[in-house]
Amino acid sequence: MTGPVHEALNAVYVEHSRRVLATLIRLLGDFDLAEEALHDAFRAALEQWPRDGIPANPRAWLVSAGRFKAIDGLRRRSRFDALEDVGERADVAVTDSAAWADEESVEDDRLRLIFTCCHPALAADAQVALTLREVCGLTTEQIAQAFLTPAPTLAQRIVRAKAKIRDARIPYQVPTPAELPDRLDAVLRVIYLVFNEGYEASSGELLTRPDLSAEAIRLGRLLSELLPEPEVLGLLALMLLHESRREARTSPTGELVRLDEQDRSRWDRALIAEGTRLIERALLSRRFGPYTIQAAISAVHAEAPNPAATDWNEIVGLYDVLLRSDPSPIVELNRAVAIAMRDGSDAGVKVIDEIFARGDLLEYRLAHAARADLCRRLGRVDEARVSYQRAIALTKQEPERRFLERQLRELPADVALKGPGIGK
Amino acid sequence: MKYLCLVYLEEQKLHAVPDNECMACGDVFRNSGVLIAAEALQPIATAATVRVRNGKVSVTDGPFAETKEQLAGFYLLDARDLNEAIQMAAKIPPAREGSVEVRPVRELTP
Repeated sequence: MTGPVHEALNAVYVEHSRRVLATLIRLLGDFDLAEEALHDAFRAALEQWPRDGIPANPRAWLVSAGRFKAIDGLRRRSRFDALEDVGERADVAVTDSAAWADEESVEDDRLRLIFTCCHPALAADAQVALTLREVCGLTTEQIAQAFLTPAPTLAQRIVRAKAKIRDARIPYQVPTPAELPDRLDAVLRVIYLVFNEGYEASSGELLTRPDLSAEAIRLGRLLSELLPEPEVLGLLALMLLHESRREARTSPTGELVRLDEQDRSRWDRALIAEGTRLIERALLSRRFGPYTIQAAISAVHAEAPNPAATDWNEIVGLYDVLLRSDPSPIVELNRAVAIAMRDGSDAGVKVIDEIFARGDLLEYRLAHAARADLCRRLGRVDEARVSYQRAIALTKQEPERRFLERQLRELPADVALKGPGIGK
Repeated sequence: MKYLCLVYLEEQKLHAVPDNECMACGDVFRNSGVLIAAEALQPIATAATVRVRNGKVSVTDGPFAETKEQLAGFYLLDARDLNEAIQMAAKIPPAREGSVEVRPVRELTP
């Protein structure tokens, strides 16, 4: 084996293996068969390319080889195996052959794969696992590690999802325009979930798992190329803007640094610029939704050279728009914090208490943490203490717990101390 | 492929959707050639549950399990795939009052 061919093959694998898999699934009508065929195709390349040279169109070569190997395998197996549908599947594979080569249907294959992996009939955790496995090409072990799940559990999840795709006949197709908005929401939810698990790991020692965020951004970029719908651009922008602060939001010792205490010179300007351009494109469409609005809020923070220069009025206005399009208590909480910054901490506490009074967010750690912080700023130390304790009891994440415990320890013992209000 | 769409409703909502609306839905399915069978069911109070254990038949009243929503009817449809079945299920009028479970039919193997 010569070095350059080996290297070339590796590069081809990185660039094309997911595309080849997506096309093979369409041609063979089965995930497992396609994965096996992909494997066989690369094994054939490893044998033949050093001898015959690298083909002009490596991807087409691999699809062709994979398809041939799979059909050959099916035929051989059907001689020993009376399964009727094996013969049927091989016929489908043969008759479909004309359509596989052209560029457009191959790009569509990648969309088909994404929409199938994120089908709402699959359990949410199965959608995530399947997307990372099939679309991103992560190994089962890598996904298991990222989600702190035992590998056999995760493998089982993927097996069940594939069985459901087969048995319930979940089709391998891009949704019709009528279905698209709902189905696209499901895809975006999966991508954002992967990003958030990487950005704010929900449990464990480390605050973030950058690999998962990078995968989510890669998925977002892929989707924005294949299907540049406004909300796809909005979600990608939102992820890029969050990502721009990754370095600044953790201290060298791994502690969480709040937005208003971050060193803004460490924010990644290139990511901010890219995100802002995407938001502008999404807003121009006039068909934007919650992701674009959240990205716009994030962009307002990114524009401010220092916390005091933040345009809180703009942010409150954007939260009002967001609440109209996507009402949720968590959005209300964020709006409450923005109101506190614009109108003073007591106004924010009032809004949070109204949310609690309705019975919402009582188990949500960040609601108690936000209330604690505002009470601390108002010098309402006793209330701050109770809210910090409540937040600490609810958090499952070590760095966050340490952050909250430090805040609690640093509360002045003297109840009479009146802290200055923040914002105006 | 056949899909059984099981319509579930809370007892007090069994008549929330007018019968003629359900009949119209059935007609639409029948005219487009996807309907294999469809029926509405009497409330669970009318049900009997049959079990055979050690060759003995036992009959008890009511459904197998007490749930908030009960099976109110079904549509057996012929659809190309799950997406088409879901689209049809969304057109079943009681979907807006209760829920419709879409289950692929398993062909028995001799």
